[in-house]
Amino acid sequence: MTELAPSRPEPSAAPSRAFVSLRDVHKSFGHVQVINGMSLDVARGQTICIIGPSGSGKSTLIRCINALVPMNSGSITVDGIEVNGPKLDKLALRRKVGIVFQQYNLFPHKTALQNIMMAPVTVLKQDKAEVEARAHALMKKVRLSGKEASYPGELSGGQQQRVAIARALAMRPEVMLFDEVTAALDPETKKEVLFTIQELAKDGMTCIVVTHEMGFAREVADHIYFTEGGLIVEHGPPAEFFGHAKDPRTREFLSQVL
Amino acid sequence: MLRLRDAFSLPLVSASEGALRSWRRTERTGLALLLVVFVCSTAYSATTAVSGHDSIPTVLWRWAPLLLWGFLFNLIISALSMAVGTAAGLPLGIFQLSPNPLVSRPAKLVTQFFRNAPWLVLLFICVLLLPFEFRIGTLRIPFPDWAKAVIGFALPAMANVAEIVRGAVQSVPSGQWESAESLCFSRRQTMMQIILPQCIKRMLPPWMNLYSLITMSSVNASVVGVTEMLTITTQVHAAEGSRPELLAPLYSFSLICFFLYSYPISKWTEYLERKYQVKE
Repeated sequence: MTELAPSRPEPSAAPSRAFVSLRDVHKSFGHVQVINGMSLDVARGQTICIIGPSGSGKSTLIRCINALVPMNSGSITVDGIEVNGPKLDKLALRRKVGIVFQQYNLFPHKTALQNIMMAPVTVLKQDKAEVEARAHALMKKVRLSGKEASYPGELSGGQQQRVAIARALAMRPEVMLFDEVTAALDPETKKEVLFTIQELAKDGMTCIVVTHEMGFAREVADHIYFTEGGLIVEHGPPAEFFGHAKDPRTREFLSQVL
Repeated sequence: MLRLRDAFSLPLVSASEGALRSWRRTERTGLALLLVVFVCSTAYSATTAVSGHDSIPTVLWRWAPLLLWGFLFNLIISALSMAVGTAAGLPLGIFQLSPNPLVSRPAKLVTQFFRNAPWLVLLFICVLLLPFEFRIGTLRIPFPDWAKAVIGFALPAMANVAEIVRGAVQSVPSGQWESAESLCFSRRQTMMQIILPQCIKRMLPPWMNLYSLITMSSVNASVVGVTEMLTITTQVHAAEGSRPELLAPLYSFSLICFFLYSYPISKWTEYLERKYQVKE
């Protein structure tokens, strides 16, 4: 799967080499200010986790990155593409950015394999035989070989979520966004999905993970961001973040979830 | 143990079962009544037939082929109306959901206009105001009454199909649009390849219901003189000397024809509704 894995950079990647960069992003729905100026940088190959209480703007923030939700002001760049630009090429942006949702959102009328093949074949007009070979490899990668002909309704939540990951990977993205992908799963199936994400991160995929799984964040993330009330309250490497949180709001949140 | 389970079973379930049972009973009673009227009136008139007149069964037997031929016209008119209405209603329903107000506004206006217009008035307008032929240069394309009636029924069918399509599309979870968008699908590709295929199951029962309604309203065409079962029934009655004892058998015959055609469709619709409800 090396084709899916850009080489991992030096750990001391300078912010100027940030692959995904957010600067002072604001977003409101009507009168409700959801994001109040958030900035963060992700280097190529890095994995960051965004944690925080519900309603703190995490899901909206990552939807801004692939322009599913238009931001009000600020700047987001992905590999040099300005998301808030007037001449944004959404297709080019979304080819670079894969996203996996909490509710899987698989296409219920297509089999697992067809779900994976659909976008590369119909949107990117790639060769069907080549895409099919890639789809089989991806099914193997997410440990679902043998389930190719199953419809989403016949798969468990964890299996559906892994098909959703494979479906996003089939577009050969350079960064993956995960929006609370294990929130709807039971503890057993959660593990399979988290393990799949961990492997992906190890292979060098750039990952931005919104999650409530503190154990996963501590183990997999290179950097952790804590959001509340539409702001990034605190961030740092896992050891520092979980060991010596400075902000009282972070400490209170951690004391509740740990 | 059994009693305990009965006591705890949801009252809602037993109530709906009861409703279903009583509905079945009503249905059976209805059909039985219809047949009783038909048979009794036929038998009564047969016994009291005035000498010199043919008996009711003889009359029915003589005219049945013509009456059924008229019924065939009802079926053709309704099937064509539904075909035209569906072909026009499908895009109309999709246009209503367009993000472009220049497309969605007119589509909504057209839909609401024809959905809220009395069917008989639309039929009158189509049959009386449309020309009897179209001329393209020297070519003359005749446009008979039954074709005008098809347009008359197709207009409300179109508006109702448009609403069925709109409702079905809107019932698909927004996550489907979101994930398609994130995978670079255009709006059009999403609609054609992801949303509409999921909608067919949801659209089928109301669509069949609409077809049934159109079939039964197709007798309205008799009001404007289009040849169909009711028109022919009236003519047959006149041809038999307008004997009052013929009224019940002749019109019951057409009622029974419509019932025997529509009832299986409504049963099948019910079955599909139940089947898809369980799956989702």
